[in-house]
Amino acid sequence: MRPFSYLRAQDAPSAVATATGRPETMYLAGGTNLVDLMRLGVAVPDVLVDVSGIASGTVEETGDGTLLVGAGVRNSDLAADPLVRRRQPLLSQAVLAGASGQIRNMATVGGNLMQRTRCPYFQDVTKPCNKRLPGTGCPARTGENRNLAILGHSDSCVATHPSDMAVALAALGAIVHVEGADGPRTVPMPGLHRLPGDEPERDTVLGQGELITAVEVPPLPFAGRSRYRKVRDRASFAFAVVSVAVALDVADGIVRDCRIAFGGVAHAPWRAETAEAVLRGATATETEFARAAEAELAAARPLPGNAFKIPLVRNVLVRTLADLAEAS
Amino acid sequence: MNGEAHITGPEAPSPITADLVLSVNGERYPITVDTRETLLDTLRERLGLTGAKKGCDHGQCGACTVLLDGRRVKSCLTLTVTLDGRRVVSVEGLADGDGLHPLQAAFIEHDAFQCGYCTPGQLCSAVGMLAEAAAGWPSAVTPETDAGVDLDEEEIRERMSGNLCRCGAYVNIVAAIGEVAR
Repeated sequence: MRPFSYLRAQDAPSAVATATGRPETMYLAGGTNLVDLMRLGVAVPDVLVDVSGIASGTVEETGDGTLLVGAGVRNSDLAADPLVRRRQPLLSQAVLAGASGQIRNMATVGGNLMQRTRCPYFQDVTKPCNKRLPGTGCPARTGENRNLAILGHSDSCVATHPSDMAVALAALGAIVHVEGADGPRTVPMPGLHRLPGDEPERDTVLGQGELITAVEVPPLPFAGRSRYRKVRDRASFAFAVVSVAVALDVADGIVRDCRIAFGGVAHAPWRAETAEAVLRGATATETEFARAAEAELAAARPLPGNAFKIPLVRNVLVRTLADLAEAS
Repeated sequence: MNGEAHITGPEAPSPITADLVLSVNGERYPITVDTRETLLDTLRERLGLTGAKKGCDHGQCGACTVLLDGRRVKSCLTLTVTLDGRRVVSVEGLADGDGLHPLQAAFIEHDAFQCGYCTPGQLCSAVGMLAEAAAGWPSAVTPETDAGVDLDEEEIRERMSGNLCRCGAYVNIVAAIGEVAR
């Protein structure tokens, strides 16, 4: 590992002032992904700015029912928060579906959003990878791609975003608060994460030196009936093969409103707006749920090793919608 | 020079160090560390506390689990330089003198290990896990309707999924933890 200087940030503006204009400076929060990437040689910062002491570690309720989640809130505290569990159960479930107890105790909300893909070629410095070293190529397109993208990928990158929490936040339309050299700004989910295009080295729309300070979860009255469902290769502690985050509002057998996002299928959490549009006003039946899923997945372009993901995510969505409809 | 091969790599970069005070098992240790040093390496190589084990060194196996300010964490992913003033408890700090921690006694009673390599991590993880359950934290298998947490086998298996046992002693590990949970 390359030697690096360690600085403990005093507040967000000073952290940003330290990092801005210095691309080899990185922010450290829980470290569960970054420290591993440094050990693998994928991340080689010369300065680490520790933001774990400054980022707010609290979940606060504002007047209108909005929850303001500090970037420093540990994943385990977010999942256990009584307000989150009651109002946005899919968010608590998504966090609990990820990683292990120890890692959830370390990992923060801000770091969870900024974690990198687990594509095996990205994590292996002996292999080409356009995300790690732009212009070197993408062996995943013809190589080991069972766990990689079916939607929104490009010739240069077929990686998936690994976060479960981000999928729930995309469904909820969360708003990410960011501090930059020019002051604070907000970025609505799912717009934080990018599709790869011809710049796969950029995971998010954040500029160099920008720092996530909080995530705002706006009120969504029907999110009390919501679910995060994840399919993985073992019962626990594995990344998603596919996942769905769903909130459903059904009255008199008709879908009044819904929120749907997919995980494990794209370079970003995939908000399924096409499926949502099909469902609004439709009857809450498995036939309509399948029609919505198929409308969304019409855009899917599977890789040689992952065509199974299309029927898998379709079926998981239909089943999850049916379960939620039945419960209402 | 003169046909002699001199293979010289880039000069080894100098380490960057920092001073801090680390609390481990109730003892204060003023130390100077390389910023790259993990808590696992500090415990094992600097403080001689070799209970926490290096299994995968990537946060995937749980053999390095210790308690940090009462919460279970992976010491292989924790940089020591971040821990000034923090309290670490490793497996060496679980027993009360010669009196075993109830989980240690239960692991012996239930034959909850074979080679023993994962055991220190299993023990520290179980201590942290029981505190999490007592605080009412849910897991991925906790029913939404439940007010409290009933640590049945399914709950224990899910909550302990960050600790692998290559000998496959899971049946007895779950039984040992279950006995202490009840």
